[in-house]
Amino acid sequence: MKLKIFSVLLAAVFLVACDPAQVKDDDSAAGQTGDQTTTGGVTGDGAYSGRYMDNVSYDRAAINDTGSVLAERVIYFDFDSDQISQDYQDLLSHHGKYLAANSDVSVRLEGHADERGTREYNVALGNRRAQAVRRLILLQGAAASQVSVISYGEEKPVALSHDEEAWRLNRRAELIYQTN
Amino acid sequence: MNLKLVKTCLLFCLFLVQPVHAVLQIEITKGAEGALPIAVIPFQQKGLAVSAPADVAEIVAIDLQRSGRFSPIDREKLIDQPQSLEDVNFKLWKVAGIDHVVIGQIKVITQQQFEVQFRLIDIFKGGQVLGYRFMATDKTLRSIAHHISDLIYEQITGQKGAFDTKIAYITAERKVGAQPSYKLQIADTDGYNPQTILTSTQPVMSPSWSPDGTQIAYVSFENSRAEIYIQHLATQKRDKVSAYEGINGAPVWSPDGRYLALTLSKDGNPDIYVLDLRSKKLTAITRHWGIDTEPSWMPDSRELIFTSSRTGKPQLYRASIKGGKKQRITFEGNYNANAEVSPDGRTIAYVSGEGNVFKIAVLDIETGYIQILTDGVLDESPSFAPNGSIILYAAQANGRGVLAAVSTDGRFKQRLVLSEGDVREPTWAPFKQ
Repeated sequence: MKLKIFSVLLAAVFLVACDPAQVKDDDSAAGQTGDQTTTGGVTGDGAYSGRYMDNVSYDRAAINDTGSVLAERVIYFDFDSDQISQDYQDLLSHHGKYLAANSDVSVRLEGHADERGTREYNVALGNRRAQAVRRLILLQGAAASQVSVISYGEEKPVALSHDEEAWRLNRRAELIYQTN
Repeated sequence: MNLKLVKTCLLFCLFLVQPVHAVLQIEITKGAEGALPIAVIPFQQKGLAVSAPADVAEIVAIDLQRSGRFSPIDREKLIDQPQSLEDVNFKLWKVAGIDHVVIGQIKVITQQQFEVQFRLIDIFKGGQVLGYRFMATDKTLRSIAHHISDLIYEQITGQKGAFDTKIAYITAERKVGAQPSYKLQIADTDGYNPQTILTSTQPVMSPSWSPDGTQIAYVSFENSRAEIYIQHLATQKRDKVSAYEGINGAPVWSPDGRYLALTLSKDGNPDIYVLDLRSKKLTAITRHWGIDTEPSWMPDSRELIFTSSRTGKPQLYRASIKGGKKQRITFEGNYNANAEVSPDGRTIAYVSGEGNVFKIAVLDIETGYIQILTDGVLDESPSFAPNGSIILYAAQANGRGVLAAVSTDGRFKQRLVLSEGDVREPTWAPFKQ
């Protein structure tokens, strides 16, 4: 996943370089959310304290760009866990920023579980997974009203077999964008 | 005797408007040692020369066998076929070691009207200990046969029979290129007469019977959100009783019929609530950052057993609906969930998980003694028969969801397989009222 984000970022850098309008959009998004920078300063000689620019477009149409990092909309989890790994935290911060930059866009977060364990407990687990995703998205300044949560527990598997691989694919939260 | 396939009975439905694929097939997967031999003689047919729509004696024999307590003699092996009390050769049965003989007759009055009579003969007592006559229609004949099984079962074991009751369950069919189909269905305890209560392309789950057996509460995702409905079986009329933001799940009727326990996450986290069905007043029973769900009522309608992840992994707890401290009741293992309290309130059936394997276990509340009853890989959703003798549950066989049943002592096992798709979340109805 890291690799994918990296290549997307590279593509974005290229786009930004060629398209001045894109740069402007990026800047305005940064201006709105105000937390686009991470301090890169290191004390010691010769270190520059640069301003890191997040080269992901949060332009409203970015959601339709299959090459955008925003095209990745499934978060996977460990068994009986709602912990979001660091990779996905980065991904979700992009989604959060996108939503913060586009207040007319909303997202439906669907939490799911694998078939192991009991059904209603899995509904609760799926709910916690979706809620964990929601918290990270709201952290980026998206409004609560933009984000809805539903848990299907183990009732809507994407993989129908009964093995580790199917379980891994089914333990997930999906971001489903609703554009009017 | 381990997992020995004792008998497979294919059941065909006779009067159903339902498609044939909805029929459950029963397989007895583990016979009980020490089951009582009983001879159920084929009922003599009288009256019109048209065959009755159901073989009452066969239904009774299969019922008694399904209880795990009886071992009916195969028809071909019957040493005698008496038709009346006078015909019974007591000495013959005594020598064969058969304590009980059931004889009866069915009189065909019209094609839709029958008179059924039966007698239970106790060989050692030397006479009839039970005898009844019933009027039946083509629609009620199977039910009457199950009722006869109940009477025989109670006479011999002293425990009320639960054959003439219903089960509810969820089926799911997924076919390539088609929308999935989820159904809430009700059938006789032997899988006959399936009736569809709800069909949806979105998940349906967690059916719970009202204590009088006239209504079912369930969760439906038909509006792309979780909602709890209560449906009246006779009228098909239904009411939406809970549709808060987030989870509306695990509805369970209190034994006194007054409350519905349920799980809501309207405040962000799954907690247990009790809804007073008359006043519509909602009371929070738990308030914890962990998962609290899957409530099950104690028989007094004052206490609940529930699943909580408050210590990290799911374990069972006990709570009063009046509030107070939550008492942990399971300590062994990392996954104990989905409690179902027995009708007498003495034992709790639940799902005990270890690694990737989930089995049905029973916990004796007073002694704390735990017994693992099943040996599947993904056994869940235990439900007691109203007489507490059998636990119905959901299992996986050859990658499909099937229903299975085990006697509460673990000695007798059977399986109910749907010919297509998955079947899950069985819930045994209360006794008929």
